[in-house]
Amino acid sequence: MMRSPRLPLYITLATFLLAYAICASQYPSMLSTRVIANLLTDNAFLGITAVGMTFVILSGGIDLSVGSVIAFSGVFLAVILRDTSIHPLVAFALLLGITIAFGAAIGSIIHYLEMPPFIVTLAGMFLMRGLAYVLSTDSVPITHEFYDTLQGIYWKAPSGGRFRLIGGIMILCYVVAMLVLHRTRFGQNVYALGGNAATARLMGVPIARTTIGIYAIAGGLAGLAGIVYSIYTSAGYSLSTVGVELDAIAAVVIGGTLLTGGSGFVAGTFLGILIMGLIQTYIVFDGTLSSWWTKIVIGGLLFAFIMLQKALGWATTTRRRPALEFATRS
Amino acid sequence: MIGSTLRRVTPQLLILGVVLLMNLAVFPGFFTIEFQNGRLFGNLIDVLNRGAPVALLSIGMTLVIATKGIDLSVGAVMAIAGAVAASVVTGGAGWFTALLAALAAGLLCGLWNGILVAIFRVQPIVATLVLMVAGRGIAQLITEGKIMTFLNEGLIHLGAGTVAGVPTPILIWLAMGTLVTLIVRHTALGMLIESIGVNETASRLAGINSRVLLVTVYLVSGFCAALAGVIVAADIKGADANNAGLWMELDAILAVVIGGNSLLGGRFSIVASLLGALIIQSVNSVILLSGMPPEFNLVIKALIIIVILVIQSPTVKHALYLLRASAGSAVPDAKEMGRNAPSAKETRP
Repeated sequence: MMRSPRLPLYITLATFLLAYAICASQYPSMLSTRVIANLLTDNAFLGITAVGMTFVILSGGIDLSVGSVIAFSGVFLAVILRDTSIHPLVAFALLLGITIAFGAAIGSIIHYLEMPPFIVTLAGMFLMRGLAYVLSTDSVPITHEFYDTLQGIYWKAPSGGRFRLIGGIMILCYVVAMLVLHRTRFGQNVYALGGNAATARLMGVPIARTTIGIYAIAGGLAGLAGIVYSIYTSAGYSLSTVGVELDAIAAVVIGGTLLTGGSGFVAGTFLGILIMGLIQTYIVFDGTLSSWWTKIVIGGLLFAFIMLQKALGWATTTRRRPALEFATRS
Repeated sequence: MIGSTLRRVTPQLLILGVVLLMNLAVFPGFFTIEFQNGRLFGNLIDVLNRGAPVALLSIGMTLVIATKGIDLSVGAVMAIAGAVAASVVTGGAGWFTALLAALAAGLLCGLWNGILVAIFRVQPIVATLVLMVAGRGIAQLITEGKIMTFLNEGLIHLGAGTVAGVPTPILIWLAMGTLVTLIVRHTALGMLIESIGVNETASRLAGINSRVLLVTVYLVSGFCAALAGVIVAADIKGADANNAGLWMELDAILAVVIGGNSLLGGRFSIVASLLGALIIQSVNSVILLSGMPPEFNLVIKALIIIVILVIQSPTVKHALYLLRASAGSAVPDAKEMGRNAPSAKETRP
């Protein structure tokens, strides 16, 4: 474990500030509130997904199904609004119910069948993507006046940036997640589970309830991200958001959360999302770079932060005295 | 040797038989094989031929999973290898140079993964995730963002040609599967790989050079992925950096899981994984031949994985063991008990 769990967070913050400074020095207009507002709007669905992913990774697990859940949510909403006359809010509630139940089912399988989260969520990924295909293989447009209302809600900053509703939902998610993780018993249980599952069990952490809760939260947030994505694109398409789970994992890692679980902050994930958004914005501003550079740079950042975690872990464990090491390693 | 292998793969053979019979039910001419224009034609040949990429990937993936690892990057490595082969061949070189270059690229990717896992001790999922994310970008860089087409007869032959009437991909995966099986089973290599998967610390203390072995299995996986990538590129006469090998890593993992290999590492069987790959391809074939919408493909695959997971899970195995023990009939063999070790999740020292 690391001596200061906040160190990776500071490094992420420094990376973000440095990247932003470099961008701003080349393109001064990057400092405008329009860019900042778009950064929040364009990454809202990814940001919300990454909150759920942070919970899962903090507990030492991984969730590969979120991208498919978002696609399923979009198609589900589009189809249900096209074929029935129920109000979008009812559809939202229905969808969140389905995705939370789906997450809880995944969590139960992981806990009770003692299977690795990786393969269980992989099955979930196939299932949700398949269900999205079954609902519709076409891109289904959403034309409901309520959607127009939702898209019309924004706060206009004095210098022209429009902070839209979905960006606000994302920020709200982060605030609530911080409170849950740091101010509730459930949050402490998540950290305990990720630190060492055996110790957590001996300490009396309800493993079953916590595991199921974590995956239910991840599923529910992926559903919420699906709602946000459908507001963002006004459509549902079963082939959309392929690979979002990897972007979300990358954001969590770049945010300084330890992939083995037990150490990390939601705030770091937020910075990770902003860094990834910044790379895309820079490529748009540059105009000559191709979009595949995004993947290479994100891959590079991912590698750098994994190495950083390894280096920090190594540097702090070797200096420790043997007696302490014996006591802290199970 | 052969008897024990047969016993090991009985469930896979049964499943494959059932799926093939389902094929026969929806399409009566399924088993007819004809010899036309100097090559074999028939649905069965198609299953063997179309299953080649997943079969190749599953060979390397079996070894990686046996060490308690996973290789998520194989799809991206396929894209890279296809792109390298295409760019070398359009640069004027021969097909053999292109193949060598693609294989070298695959080995390089495998080396990268192996070093991350074995030397830097990064969890395999995460280590290979880096290449999975960045790999397609690299492939795009090589093809300069477009689908790079080529007309080199030699290279196309690898994916679409025939040798003595048999499509080349079938021969390639059969040869690769036989070669790797012979190497790991006629030497102690296979057992050493299994020992790493069961308990790496203990194997290291017992004198096994786990680092070299770990790097080797990722090298094999990269090599197989590169071969698969070349076949896929040769088949469509072009390298598509975006779509070549997309989702293939999941199919390969699925093939290994259907092959009854535990994701928690340990005992493995390459033959069973290859049968798993054929089962996947036969399921695809049933869905296509029956005229069912292909949309159901993923749902059916998901349900298959879930059923297999339930059967494979330590809890259910333990319950079955208790059931059999209390019934007092056939004593469960020690082999199965060994795999019942209750390990909730990966714990690295």
